[in-house]
Amino acid sequence: MTHIDVQSALAESLSMPYHDLVTRRTGAAVRTFIEHQLSGLADGSVAFLDFSRIGVLDRSCADEFVAKLMLPLTVEHPSRDGYVVLHGLSDGHLDSIEQVLHAHGLALVVQFPDGIAHLVGAVTDVERRLWQIVMVSGRVGVDGLAAETGLAIDEALALLDSLARRRLVRRDHDCYCPLGTAA
Amino acid sequence: MTAVITLPASLDEPNFESVIEQLAAVPDDAKVLVDARHCRFATPYGLTALLCLAQSRLEKPDFAPPEEESTASYWARASFFKYAEELYTMRGPVPKPRATGATDVLLEVTPVAKNEDVHAIVTRIQEKATQILTSTLDLEPRATMGFSMTLSEACSNIIEHAGRGGWVMVQRYNWSKRRVGRDVVQIAVNDAGVGFRRSLETSRARALADRWDDAIALESGVMNAVSRLSDPGRGQGLKGIRGWVHRFDGKLTVRSGKARIAPIIPDWDDDVPRQDDLPNFPGTQLQVIIPKRVVHA
Repeated sequence: MTHIDVQSALAESLSMPYHDLVTRRTGAAVRTFIEHQLSGLADGSVAFLDFSRIGVLDRSCADEFVAKLMLPLTVEHPSRDGYVVLHGLSDGHLDSIEQVLHAHGLALVVQFPDGIAHLVGAVTDVERRLWQIVMVSGRVGVDGLAAETGLAIDEALALLDSLARRRLVRRDHDCYCPLGTAA
Repeated sequence: MTAVITLPASLDEPNFESVIEQLAAVPDDAKVLVDARHCRFATPYGLTALLCLAQSRLEKPDFAPPEEESTASYWARASFFKYAEELYTMRGPVPKPRATGATDVLLEVTPVAKNEDVHAIVTRIQEKATQILTSTLDLEPRATMGFSMTLSEACSNIIEHAGRGGWVMVQRYNWSKRRVGRDVVQIAVNDAGVGFRRSLETSRARALADRWDDAIALESGVMNAVSRLSDPGRGQGLKGIRGWVHRFDGKLTVRSGKARIAPIIPDWDDDVPRQDDLPNFPGTQLQVIIPKRVVHA
């Protein structure tokens, strides 16, 4: 796991000691800076983006930074195999991020202050349920998940592959793992 | 020949319409004198709109400052003259701003032209206004972040879409004698740029519309989150502003060109949702009013 302090990225990318993520230009600058950092990580790495030193995050900036950071990772054949988990979000940050994720049909794993991970963004109830089972189980195959949810194996497999493509769980051969666990 | 534009005694958002009506009768290239001598009161909307007025003229206009000392002094403290002296030729003495103690000006007239301006505005409003917003308006800390976001999104729109710099100002008022019956904070974010209609000229909404005018463009942009760019993430800023203003029982009005809409009209105010065929005024003028939170027992 790699920890990235978003405020440091903000300050370095704009060469100013800012603490607020506002405007699209700022979002694009921070995204470019963090994409560069992520490109240096090994395939399959999980990056923890820490927002705890960020003040205001407006929606335009969240769209330009968070949504556009995730979009290339969630295409059918991404150029890079990496994962992102958000951490240190305030309620205000979460408001902005949820709205932009919904606008793009994206979702993200967010670690809340109690240490528990949650899914945020555009996910269906059944996708959320499957994701929670993966989180609790640690590492689970499609047969076990289908049995636990009552879904047909093909249906469970399609949903799990979709969660993996959207970078919300990690696929390891025939099993699915939470982000941040050893494959 | 110079056309005289007389300011009303109270220069707020509704009364600025009388200024626009006077301007409508004057050719764009005519010399104007803006006569503020008998003006006694101006809101953030009024002061920032006066700067937009000067920006919109082809010939540098003249300006006669308020005669009332306290009015002129307030306009100086609000940094109005700092910028007005660049945009107008002053026809009368202008006081220098004097430092005072407590003030209800939460953000003086501030130019919005580049990315750094928005960062500076958000930093300044958090330094100066957070305590007032939480203690005077009883807003939760979460709401103060919404306040800063509203400012940043509205100011960003100027940078992204207006094609020319604009102005922002924030002021607290005690409106205990008005219908709302409590303190309010007013935000004005005004520019004299291209306005919604021209900005959205290349949008999908324009392509699908049978009719295209300022009112339809305003409704597309403000109500339906349409942007000139087809990216699905665009249009989030104004949507966020609407949501925040609604959540905190506030009022939002947006004027552009010949139209004005009031997408959020709270119970404590009377207004019309949409006005068409107003006299033209360039750019976009946005006002937000947030009242003190009512705590229900």
